Amino acid sequence: MHDGDFFYQAFVYLSAAVIAVPVAKKLGLGSVLGYLIAGVLIGPFVFGFIGQEGQDVMHFAEFGVVMMLFLVGLELQPSLLWKLRSPILGLGGIQVIATSAIITGLVLLFTSLPWQTALAIGLTLALSSTAIVLQTLSEKGLLKTEGGQNAFSVLLFQDIAVIPILAFLPLLAIAEAGTTVAHESTTWIDGLPIVLRTLVILGVIVSIVVGGRYLISPAFRLIAQTRLRELFTAAALLLVIGITLLMTKVGLSPALGTFLAGVVLAQSEYRHELETDIEPFKGLLLGLFFIAVGASIDFQLIVNNPGLITLIVLGLVVVKLVVLYVIGRFFGMRMDNNMMFAFGLAQGGEFAFVLFSYALKNGVITDSTANPLIAAVAISMALTPLLMLLNEKLIQPYFGTKKEDDREADVIDEQNEVIIAGFGRYGSTIGRFLQANGTQATYLDIDPNNVELLRKLGLKVFYGDASRHDLLNAAGAKEAKLLIVAVDDSEKAIEIIETAQKHFPHLKIISRSKSWDDYFNMLDKDLLGVFREFSDGALRMAADALCFVGLRKNQVQRALKKFRKHDEMYLKELASSRHEHNTFIKHSKQHIEDLEKMILDDIENEAKDKDLGWDTTTIKEEFIPILNKLKEEAKKNT
Amino acid sequence: MKVLILFAHPAFHKSKVNKILVDGLSELEGVTFHDLYEHYPEFDIDVKEEQKLLSEHDCIIFQHPIFWYSTPAILKEWQDLVLEHGWAFGSEGNALKDKLFFCALTAGGPEQAYQVEGYHNHTLNQLLAPLKQTAQLCKMIPLPPFAVHGTHAMETDEILDHKNDYFTLLKMIIDDKLDLDKVSELDYLNQYLIKEEL
Repeated sequence: MHDGDFFYQAFVYLSAAVIAVPVAKKLGLGSVLGYLIAGVLIGPFVFGFIGQEGQDVMHFAEFGVVMMLFLVGLELQPSLLWKLRSPILGLGGIQVIATSAIITGLVLLFTSLPWQTALAIGLTLALSSTAIVLQTLSEKGLLKTEGGQNAFSVLLFQDIAVIPILAFLPLLAIAEAGTTVAHESTTWIDGLPIVLRTLVILGVIVSIVVGGRYLISPAFRLIAQTRLRELFTAAALLLVIGITLLMTKVGLSPALGTFLAGVVLAQSEYRHELETDIEPFKGLLLGLFFIAVGASIDFQLIVNNPGLITLIVLGLVVVKLVVLYVIGRFFGMRMDNNMMFAFGLAQGGEFAFVLFSYALKNGVITDSTANPLIAAVAISMALTPLLMLLNEKLIQPYFGTKKEDDREADVIDEQNEVIIAGFGRYGSTIGRFLQANGTQATYLDIDPNNVELLRKLGLKVFYGDASRHDLLNAAGAKEAKLLIVAVDDSEKAIEIIETAQKHFPHLKIISRSKSWDDYFNMLDKDLLGVFREFSDGALRMAADALCFVGLRKNQVQRALKKFRKHDEMYLKELASSRHEHNTFIKHSKQHIEDLEKMILDDIENEAKDKDLGWDTTTIKEEFIPILNKLKEEAKKNT
Repeated sequence: MKVLILFAHPAFHKSKVNKILVDGLSELEGVTFHDLYEHYPEFDIDVKEEQKLLSEHDCIIFQHPIFWYSTPAILKEWQDLVLEHGWAFGSEGNALKDKLFFCALTAGGPEQAYQVEGYHNHTLNQLLAPLKQTAQLCKMIPLPPFAVHGTHAMETDEILDHKNDYFTLLKMIIDDKLDLDKVSELDYLNQYLIKEEL
């Protein structure tokens, strides 16, 4: 491909996305539908900006799905995955078997196709679109609901099921395929006997798990120490691409491999950082994938056979929907969740493109059968966001329950009310104190060595730059109540505060300030609290000094508290008056002036403010004459 | 007998009478002088440590100026935290059983002011009823208070007289020479010395 071609294509795809997606979002259609429409528009059948090469783009963009599963894996703690085992096997298994059986039956009933072809069609169409469903659900914030979790479980099972289906398809060949297709995608293990093959596959899986557990964290730490952001991104990409390559070489689904790696890394300290790095690539590639799906819809074919295609799409959607609904019912899902689950998964998936072309090459199916099916799958995928919208707007309100109900009940185990940015000497003191009093916090720190050390001590500290809103988001800033900014770097602290206030306005912030400038700048940000890092330590030291010189401890303690209170109040006054003064006075000069004012104020303050309750001066003035009189009387009496 | 003096004076640096009364107390054999405000300037009373101290002594004295007919704040906090149920009181709370208890007070007003017909409308013993009952609930033996009245206008030699009395009484307690039957008839522990002299 010429450079010019590449840039032209990139320009077309990106402009389509940039124009169509915001419009679709504004109309409440969601980004997926926006991409799909963009694809249709630039495709060969509307404006024709791109031709048949859309197919190649789609293959490339499928990598976005792989990345998505990696990210999904990162979000899933192994314990949570274990909890999902029953929906994965139960819901997923029954869905695939029931749907393929019914579709196979229908094909046999209404067409004269041989049973082998019918079975291949059934198996292929039973699969749904991981890309579209997960993207749409997460965009709507429904992934964590019961329906969302179940949809995810089914999709995960389907991803696993692709592997045996791929192995099984060649056995269904009716026409002796001219090409021996088994060699089409050469893998390392094709020539090996089945036992060895299994061993190799197991070995690869084990190595991903073990590597993820013990090798990747130290490797990332080394990379993070270079403090080159792009190197970390490169390493993250390398990880995903490496696993993809490895899985392809042993004939497994790359999506599954990266998902597994994601789950293994879900407990790593680099989890949030990996998420943040891969996320934009995933987003772009998935967008590209959706555009390619839109562009690949063969409108010529549809125009020629409108009845047939409509019938296939309708049949496909209805069969899947009914099966999903019944299973959902059987598994005791609530009505609103079940509807979302059924409507969400009622489409053909991207695996259909792969499986149909594989079936074609293996002589399981013919061109004339496969092409309308592929078109129907693409249309059903494009319809999914619309169907979900339909469910949301027309059917859901009918049941009166809302998605919010479910979201509230959902507790994410690593969602804390407090986020601490900066976990050095300062932040760790805060963290320890909170933890000692039963309040867990999510910790973020930018120093990889520190993170490593603290994790060894059993603290859940995550590596990353807290001034990035996506990282704050990954740390749960949306649900958190309080952000404690304890970083050492003042500029970074201000950045973090600005990011947090911009993206998470509900989040209350308290911050550590190093210098007076910091302190004044932070006061201007209207935070819940600003703390001068050394003021308390210095005051305590001063108090101990006074005690050592011989003052009563409780007297000193009260003096300390009074001083601190007054000091803070006075600094706030200074801060507000600073805005009125001309700002051209040099900072150092300003400091000296401020300090002078403070000292003078302290002296005045000390003179007027006493512990009057304990002071007996005025009582004595009033009562001494009376007492003396009494004494004299007593003397007289004796 | 070992004596524990729990001393509480938040403005000790401004005090005149208590400074003299306290001076030399910690050097007395058999006396543990425990300055609460100095020891716990942030009110972070160490309950276990306090209970241990109490267990090691046979006579407990609250020494303090009288504030609003009661103790300074830290002594109230001390009672609230240290006198635990099951330790100091209740069916299993016998740690303080049969220990002696009394208050060594300084009061700005004269003795005449602490009468039913006087300025404060109550006798000192009436006003100290909560402390006496606290001691009784903890199965201790409450003694009448040792009080220094009229501190607002007191000459140094007067104060020294009181100090002398106080130290004499403490020594008698340490040497087990206090006749508890006689003591229980008195309004003030100070009077015991006058009786002895007679």
